[in-house]
Amino acid sequence: MQKKRRIQKTIYYIVVTVIGFLMIYPLLWMIMSSFKETNTIFTTASSLIPETFTLDNYINGWKGFAKITFGTFFKNSAFIAVIATIGTVISSSLVAFGLSRCRFRGRRLLFGAVLLTMMVPAQVLMVPQYLWYQKLGWVGTYMPLIVPYCFAIQGFFVYLMYNFIEAIPKELDEAAKIDGCSYFGIYARIATPLMVPSLVTAGIFSFIWRWDDFMSALLYINDAEKYPVCLALKLFTDPGSTSDYGAMFAMSALSILPVLLIFVFFQKYLVEGISTSGLKG
Amino acid sequence: MNKIKALVFKENISGIIFVMPFIIGLICFLVVPLGISIYYAFCDYNILSDPVFVGLKNFKTMLNDELFWKSLSVTIFYTVVSVPLKLIFALIVALLFQKTTKIAGIFRGVYYLPSIIGGSVAVAVLWKRMFATDGTINQILHAMGVEKTISWLGNTDTAIWTLILLTVWQFGSSMLIFLGSLNQIPRTYYEAAMVDGAGKWRQFFSITLPLLTPTIFFNLVMQVINGLLAYTQCFIITQGQPMNSTLFYMVHMYNETFVYYKAGYGAALAWVMILIVGVFTAVLFATKKKWVYDGGF
Repeated sequence: MQKKRRIQKTIYYIVVTVIGFLMIYPLLWMIMSSFKETNTIFTTASSLIPETFTLDNYINGWKGFAKITFGTFFKNSAFIAVIATIGTVISSSLVAFGLSRCRFRGRRLLFGAVLLTMMVPAQVLMVPQYLWYQKLGWVGTYMPLIVPYCFAIQGFFVYLMYNFIEAIPKELDEAAKIDGCSYFGIYARIATPLMVPSLVTAGIFSFIWRWDDFMSALLYINDAEKYPVCLALKLFTDPGSTSDYGAMFAMSALSILPVLLIFVFFQKYLVEGISTSGLKG
Repeated sequence: MNKIKALVFKENISGIIFVMPFIIGLICFLVVPLGISIYYAFCDYNILSDPVFVGLKNFKTMLNDELFWKSLSVTIFYTVVSVPLKLIFALIVALLFQKTTKIAGIFRGVYYLPSIIGGSVAVAVLWKRMFATDGTINQILHAMGVEKTISWLGNTDTAIWTLILLTVWQFGSSMLIFLGSLNQIPRTYYEAAMVDGAGKWRQFFSITLPLLTPTIFFNLVMQVINGLLAYTQCFIITQGQPMNSTLFYMVHMYNETFVYYKAGYGAALAWVMILIVGVFTAVLFATKKKWVYDGGF
């Protein structure tokens, strides 16, 4: 019996390890290839370990395209993702607090609208929104990539925070109200400190989504100076570009680094966000 | 001054101020664009000059647009194949990781990683190189003794499968949702079943699976919607080639609007997609009663 269990356990770990290795193999291959000499990447594609370890790909890749370095692209991406995320978190928390703590006419209707925005996927809005932003003169600027998110239009985040606030005891508000605190005081001094975990969860998801938001960048940003990283990476795959695969792998690896770091340090929040409210990863 | 103060303390006024961002956002970035795009769907509009009302012309064009039908069937095929595969995989792996040992936690992270970075351009670029004729997949097959060099992305039979594989690879978030509900099933159910002499399989089919159906349903709806609207993979990896065998609906819509400047037709395509998503969701909800357990715990 003992022996049978041990065998079962061993099989379990072998299966789990093998599948796990297959799961991250593509990523390992990308990272390892980025340290190989660029002309050997495909001749040695079946082995992971570089024969000679080199950083040339990173140096060459960083130079970017047409005198615009990847430094610019990373700066652009960081700017878009950080501002849009701050806007998302602040606006969503305000809306969630209002829906949870204040009774006013049309509250239920608005809550329904929040849930509805969760069901309307951003992709089908691509053409309608483009035509509208075109009218507003936003094409070619960062406005479409940032401004809408500062108005809490991602129902997921509002819903996540709403559930969080609902779990905070109402007695705290009552006590503050008796002490002469306005609703804005309650929001700023009582609710916000208590909802930090949900703000972090929303913040990291928003950051990852905005960092990877390829389609909006493709639609609205024409000027290479303004390209975010994801759009710059696409230049590597364009027909006619000099195919320096080493540089491509190096910059691809760098582009997922921020998300990897979030994954390593904030895994708890990611897991919570997904398993409690079904945010997609 | 006192007036302002009184307003700030009023519950309903404060409430409206708090939700104001959402009201503005909803109107400016969802309702208005959707509204004007209904009008554009009935127009000839090339973005540069003013729209001209043409009635149902765009929808009639669609009926004869070979690429519309092709992309629709590709997208539906992709969704119908990849979503069940992804969910089955997610469920199996979630069952493997049900025990909360430290090692299971680390592995869970490893399995989940692809779904957090999978939507990025970096991964799409990587996928393209992996399945290139001189890419790692072919080289590994060579090392394993397969003589043929397969052109995964150049062959109409295999290209779509590389995209399906990419989707299934990102089963991590569905897995986490499954794990969340698995941990909510009371242990006593299993203990009672064991006393009654039910084996592992019986326990799975009589307790675990029925209690998971609400979660399966939720995952199914979300993933089907995502599947129908997929585009990044296609956009970067295959661009719909070879011979449009991987042309996703969203990419067809993109091309019509932004490559051929037929924005009116693009708006019509967008609205047809909204209807299709609605129909799929409605059908799923209609079948809900038949197989989803809603008794709670």
